[in-house]
Amino acid sequence: MEKLATFLSGVAKVWNLYGSSLIDGTKITILIAIVGTLAGLLIGILVGIIKTITVKKDDHLVKKLVLKIVNFILAAYIEVFRSTPMMVQAMLLYYGTAWIFNIRVNAIYAAIVIVSINTGAYMAEIVRGGILSIDKGQYEAAHSIGMTHWQAMSLIVLPQALRNIMPAVGNEFIINMKDSCVLSVITVNELFFQTKSAAGATYLTFHAFAIACVIYFILTFTVTKILRYVERRMDGPESYTIHGSQSAPEAEIRVNLKQTK
Amino acid sequence: MAQPVIEIKNLKKIFGEREVLKDVNFTVSKGEVVCIIGSSGSGKSTLLRCINLLETPTAGEIYYHGEDILKSKKASHQYCAKVGMVFQQFNLFNNLTALENCTIGQIKVLKKDKREAETVASNYLKLVGMEQFINAKPKQLSGGQKQRVAIARALSMEPDALLFDEPTSALDPEMVGEVLKVMKNLAKSGLTMLVVTHEMAFAREVSDRVVFMDGGVILEDNTPEEIFNNPKFERTREFLKRSKNE
Ligand SMILES: Nc1ncnc2c1ncn2[C@@H]1O[C@H](COP(=O)(O)OP(=O)(O)OP(=O)(O)O)[C@@H](O)[C@H]1O
Ligand SMILES: [Mg+2]
Repeated sequence: MEKLATFLSGVAKVWNLYGSSLIDGTKITILIAIVGTLAGLLIGILVGIIKTITVKKDDHLVKKLVLKIVNFILAAYIEVFRSTPMMVQAMLLYYGTAWIFNIRVNAIYAAIVIVSINTGAYMAEIVRGGILSIDKGQYEAAHSIGMTHWQAMSLIVLPQALRNIMPAVGNEFIINMKDSCVLSVITVNELFFQTKSAAGATYLTFHAFAIACVIYFILTFTVTKILRYVERRMDGPESYTIHGSQSAPEAEIRVNLKQTK
Repeated sequence: MAQPVIEIKNLKKIFGEREVLKDVNFTVSKGEVVCIIGSSGSGKSTLLRCINLLETPTAGEIYYHGEDILKSKKASHQYCAKVGMVFQQFNLFNNLTALENCTIGQIKVLKKDKREAETVASNYLKLVGMEQFINAKPKQLSGGQKQRVAIARALSMEPDALLFDEPTSALDPEMVGEVLKVMKNLAKSGLTMLVVTHEMAFAREVSDRVVFMDGGVILEDNTPEEIFNNPKFERTREFLKRSKNE
């Protein structure tokens, strides 16, 4: 009981002295996670689409060659970034640019770049899987009403693929929220970095990290809830309205259309 | 003689080592209803998919109103928009409502404005008896309802000709009737139709011509009376006898 009281007073002390810097750190963690995940998703969509382009036998030789080279580069990108720790990638980028170009990039920019590229490597495979999971008939039906390849992809296949991969995207988001802590090694003053500083200054390491733990949990828990909501929104209403058809059907339908818009 | 809409000359399709279509020749004229029958694996679907450019023919020509559509890629999209296809598995766009399924092609391919597209779509959804379900997503519809929406989607493009690949084969027996009824009405309305089907009664009743395919060639191409009552080839007779016993 006594222990608990001292624990709580320690937590209160850390919070009073360093609460605002912990909140600043939290903001940076959120920033890195959001921008990194969205940029990563964009990279993933782009790479995923390119990786699902198939060559036909009668395609032009140049197209085949270009696609082969691009695919090789993309495969290398995915493999390299998935096979090395993000912490090491961050060190390489941050100190590498310093050593090679003699410039010190802003640590937060470096962090966002690393998280984006890293997430992109995972997202590429997620998006590719999502596209491949869509029944070929969807594309064929789009083709059969005269859509071009890009229309069929952007209007029919991708929206369905993106909906299907939302849980996996949410997962990446949560992982980024937590794993951004490794970026403290390149002096990004995100939550983990700020917690360490607070712990070092107060010698209340356990208490400081207890606070960090709670903040991380609240962040990821909120994100999970928001993502569920987004998924439900993407699914649209569970039921549909049946429209009457007794009177002049055309007028009737138009009225109903307006109502539902 | 009526004006030919689709003319196929020396069409060949090879998958790897397999010659699935060997020298297919035939013509569909304006307003004609042609049924294609034949045993499984004879190449009926492949023929339809070649006509709709879902497969690239290995050799041969496909003329649409006298123009070879295998020659130019640009013309081929216009052609696809004007020759519709109804699939065995419906293939409704799962991310769109019934109405949107019928408007998206009009808006994106035919470049109509949304209101106009919705009016056209509503009319065709009404024609197939699906006007009550304009806001339903495909997963909320039964098989027969999906296929009727799929027919409305194809009709909304106001096609010159419509291809059907076994449109009732994936349906529960009690839903076959509602789809066949829609198709019969379309046939009567003068739409040019090319229908792959195992529904012999339907082929007999509505078609102007019946084409019997066997092993990648057209073995017989004649009036339904001739094909069903007086087939010239033993293969045709066997096939008809087998399908009657089913
Ligand atoms: N993409 C493909 N690759 C290789 N072989 C194929 C392909 N599509 C079809 N085939 C082969 O071509 C032959 C003809 O197929 P097709 O689907 O045209 O037959 P069908 O007459 O429509 O038969 P069913 O009545 O069963 O639908 C079959 O032997 C099939 O295995
Ligand atoms: Mg078939």
